[in-house]
Amino acid sequence: MVMQAATLGRNGVQDFILLRCSAIILALYAIFIVGFLALTPELTYQSWAGFFGHIGTKVFSFVALIAFLAHAWIGLWQVLTDYVKPAGMRGMLQFLLNVVILAYVGFGIFALWGV
Amino acid sequence: MKLTFSIYRYNPDVDNKPKMQDYSLEVAEGSDIMVLDALILLKEQDPTLAFRRSCREGVCGSDGLNMNGKNGLACITPLSDLTKKGGKIVIRPLPGLPVVRDLVVDMSQFYKQYERIKPYLITDGAQPPAGEFKQSPEERAKLDGLYECILCACCSTACPSFWWNPDKFVGPSGLLQAYRFLADSRDTATEERLADLDDAFSVFRCHGIMNCVSVCPKGLNPTKAIGHIKSMLLQRSV
Ligand code: SF4
Ligand code: SF4
Ligand code: FES
Repeated sequence: MVMQAATLGRNGVQDFILLRCSAIILALYAIFIVGFLALTPELTYQSWAGFFGHIGTKVFSFVALIAFLAHAWIGLWQVLTDYVKPAGMRGMLQFLLNVVILAYVGFGIFALWGV
Repeated sequence: MKLTFSIYRYNPDVDNKPKMQDYSLEVAEGSDIMVLDALILLKEQDPTLAFRRSCREGVCGSDGLNMNGKNGLACITPLSDLTKKGGKIVIRPLPGLPVVRDLVVDMSQFYKQYERIKPYLITDGAQPPAGEFKQSPEERAKLDGLYECILCACCSTACPSFWWNPDKFVGPSGLLQAYRFLADSRDTATEERLADLDDAFSVFRCHGIMNCVSVCPKGLNPTKAIGHIKSMLLQRSV
C-alpha cells in the first residue's frame, strides 16, 4: 500500500472516478459557455448579466467550480508526485497550489453571488 | 556499405561519466543483418563493448535496447529499419534503469514489480490437480495476448510513468502479467490481487500514453490489459 495522504480520494479508484467525472462536467460546461457565446448575436453587459443571472447558469457554474477544484487538486498532486521528488518541497508546492485553487473557487463563488 | 554507429559507453570502474563512442562497420551491399549481429561484429573490433544477449531470435528478452530512440530487441531489429533516414545508428541502453556497464542495465526494479504482482497461480491452498489443470477453450482464449510476454522490459522502460515512479507504479509489463492472472479461470485470488493494486500509483499512474504498445516486440497491448484492470477495480468499488 502506498501512502497518499495529500490527494483527494481515499484510494486510486476514487481519484480516478473523481478525475473522470469532473472532466466530463468541465467539458459539458465548456460546451455550455461556447454555446452561449455562439448563440448570442451581440455580447453586451445585459446579455452576460441575464445569462449569469439565470438560476440554471448559476447552479451549473457552481458545479463546474467544484469539479475544477477536484480536478485540479488531484491532477496537480499527480504531476507533483511525478516531477518533484524531495518530499518537503513537494508538500510546500502542493500546499501553495491548493491555496491558489481554493482562492479561485472562492473568487468564482463570490462572482456568481454578485450577479 | 559503410555504416556508422554511435554507441553508449560507460564502465563505472574507469569512466567518470558515460560517453557516446563512434564505430564503423562494413556491411555487404544489398544484405541486411540484425542489430545484434552488428553488435557482435563490433565486439570483435572492440572486445570491451558489453551487451546482453542469449537466444538471438526474440525469445529470451535479454537484448532490449534503445535504437535510434526507440526500444526494441536488437536480435529482431534489422539494420535497414535504422538506416532509412540515413545518419548514424544510435544505440543506448534501455532508458530509466541504472546502467551496470555500456548497454547492460540493472533490471532489479523491473523484476521487483514483476514479483509484486505474484506471477503464479494461486488456488486457495487447494492442491492443483496432478495432471492437466483444465480450462475450457474460451477460458484459455482469455490468456492470449497476455502469456506471450518475455519480460524484455522494452515497454516499462519506454513508459514515463515508470521512469518517474519505478518503485510505486507496477509498469506495463508487470500489469500485463497482473491481468494475465486476474483473467485466469483457475486463479482464486482475484480479490486479493485487486486489493493490492487499488492505490493511486500501482495501476492508476498509467495515463494511457501507449508508448508500451508502440514498442512491444511481441506485439502485445499492455494498455488494453491495464484498461481491463481499471474496470475490474471500478466494478469492485461501485
Ligand atoms: S509486454 Fe512486450 S515489451 Fe513489455 S516486457 Fe512483455 S514482451 Fe517485452
Ligand atoms: S499506456 Fe500506461 S503503461 Fe503504457 S506507456 Fe503509457 S502510461 Fe505507461
Ligand atoms: S537475444 Fe533473446 S530476445 Fe534477443
